[in-house]
Amino acid sequence: MTTEIVHPHVVHPHAKVRRATKSSWAGLVVVAALILVAPAAPYILDRGTQGSLVTLFSLIVMATMWNLLAGYGGMLSVGQQAYIGIGAYALVYLSDKVGLDPFMAVPLAVVVAGVISFPISYLAFRLSGGYFAIGTWVIAVVIMEIIEQVPALGGGIGETFKGFSDLGPGTRIAYVYWLSLAGVVLSVAITYVIMRSRLGLGFTAIRDDAIAAGSLGVRVTRSKRFVFVVAAMGCGLAGAMITANTLRVQPDSIFSVNYAVFMIFIVVIGGIGTIEGPIVGAIVFFALQQWLADLGAWYMVILGVVAIVITLFLPRGLWGLISGNGRIRLFPVGYRLVNPLTGEIQADTASAD
Amino acid sequence: MQWINAIIQGILLGGLYALLAAGLSLMFGVMRIVNLAHGALAILAAYIGLVIVQGTGVSPFIALIAVVPIMAGVGYLLQWGIFNRALRVGGLAPLLAAFGLAVVLSQLMQLKFSADSQSLQTGSLSIASIHITDEISIGVLPLMTFVVGVLVIFGLQVFLSKAPLGRAMRAASDDPETVPLMGIDNRQVYALSTAIALGTVGIAGMFLGMRGNFDPNYGQAMLIFAFEAVIIGGLGSLWGTLAGGMVLGIAQAMGSQVNPSYGVLVGNLVFLLILAFRPTGLLPKAVTT
Repeated sequence: MTTEIVHPHVVHPHAKVRRATKSSWAGLVVVAALILVAPAAPYILDRGTQGSLVTLFSLIVMATMWNLLAGYGGMLSVGQQAYIGIGAYALVYLSDKVGLDPFMAVPLAVVVAGVISFPISYLAFRLSGGYFAIGTWVIAVVIMEIIEQVPALGGGIGETFKGFSDLGPGTRIAYVYWLSLAGVVLSVAITYVIMRSRLGLGFTAIRDDAIAAGSLGVRVTRSKRFVFVVAAMGCGLAGAMITANTLRVQPDSIFSVNYAVFMIFIVVIGGIGTIEGPIVGAIVFFALQQWLADLGAWYMVILGVVAIVITLFLPRGLWGLISGNGRIRLFPVGYRLVNPLTGEIQADTASAD
Repeated sequence: MQWINAIIQGILLGGLYALLAAGLSLMFGVMRIVNLAHGALAILAAYIGLVIVQGTGVSPFIALIAVVPIMAGVGYLLQWGIFNRALRVGGLAPLLAAFGLAVVLSQLMQLKFSADSQSLQTGSLSIASIHITDEISIGVLPLMTFVVGVLVIFGLQVFLSKAPLGRAMRAASDDPETVPLMGIDNRQVYALSTAIALGTVGIAGMFLGMRGNFDPNYGQAMLIFAFEAVIIGGLGSLWGTLAGGMVLGIAQAMGSQVNPSYGVLVGNLVFLLILAFRPTGLLPKAVTT
């Protein structure tokens, strides 16, 4: 235990606190350029590539949401596939059975995932740490088992998504691509806004010491529940994106624990607790998936070993390596002190990673 | 009568779940690690047993004598190779490392042994049963599994309260900062704890393989059942885990009685009900492990 005595005059009266850095302005330009160019893809790329990009976008959404939950909220869930499945089934049900326009059904499916996750959070929050992890997994299994017993949802066989059947394949994939692009931009933007807000600062405090944060007035459980619901909505969106792309839902595959494996490996490899990490991780994961596709099961073995090694020896992941442990940041969520004498920007004082 | 039979089968099944859960409980009790690879390791033990049985032609009970020290060795090495380092990194690292290990193990087993189900053949023992009434009979192998489960839990309980290493394990759990001052290396205590935990996993995996079929992905279900037994029984109580295993086993057996596809679902729902209405479990904190 160390006691620090802070003398008031040590803090320079003209000290300034900044959030953005040169790299974050550069990052903003790059991100803005990408967002401006990306909608043109359906006019340039073939259908297969657009479908692959939709898969990549869904991986980024999942990983970003898992990172919000675990990297910022400290809740390691192995059960986010519950909301992927709920989002997927809600899309099929609202579009094909209720008869809504599929593009209306997607945001509604996201809301359904959020609404269902709210009562579930009361159950899941009775557990913590590793038992929370397995508990969320059990909940995902139970939701799958219940859906398997419902004939109206196709039981164990599943359903085909027919919402887009009156569109030509080229038009359909373009619409799904734009939808997914909007989804991925929105997911990252919302995470960024949350982490820059007062809530984000509270999370940094919770992650470092939940009891101390609580005693300083951070509403620990409420903040965690908020993030739990947001992450469920994000995964619901990913589920809707996957279904719009593959046109099929089947309980075993849409509720597969493999989605949890993907999310966790992506975030660990990319860098947990940063906004950039899951994006970098998803791109690396996706590239490896294409590259190592011939290796079959060895592919998951290699990824698993890489994830273990990174957990043990490079806890900040690839983004930590690229950014020089946080010196470069495209999405500044922390605060940095500007040295009043030299004008240099110092390391994060209240960083979210 | 059918229901009484279901309850008896459920209690015996619960013995297997408690046996599986003992190692999970022990590692959590000593190091606060929830070993997400626990189920995969139990299946690994069953496959090691299968290799020995097929290679030498001995009975699974003889193979068990080799499997337990092999699994204990695996545990010792895993603790030094992965978990001690993960504990030093802190935060979510132990969980993430264990999760990675679970995926790697189940994939490797799939590559080596294929996804087909296997079982450990016990010959006439697999069909031997004790006749009680015309409708109720108790399988000898399930009964043996139950008895072994109770003995393992009893043995762990005595070991933790009486043996010097057991005391060191409890001390390392209660106050990891003070233990090194007494000249004990926490990391070595942790390694021996994981060795003991995986020794029990070895026993559990072998009985699991003798009682029924297993495949490389069966570890997921085993982890979930072991976890449910721990939570239903109450964290930190080994006897609670036994009770939890029996409650889960009875729920599954009674669910299967209604409809064979309901077994696991009913077990999971009973677990969620207990989590909702009695989150401390049935026998909370009777003994600290």
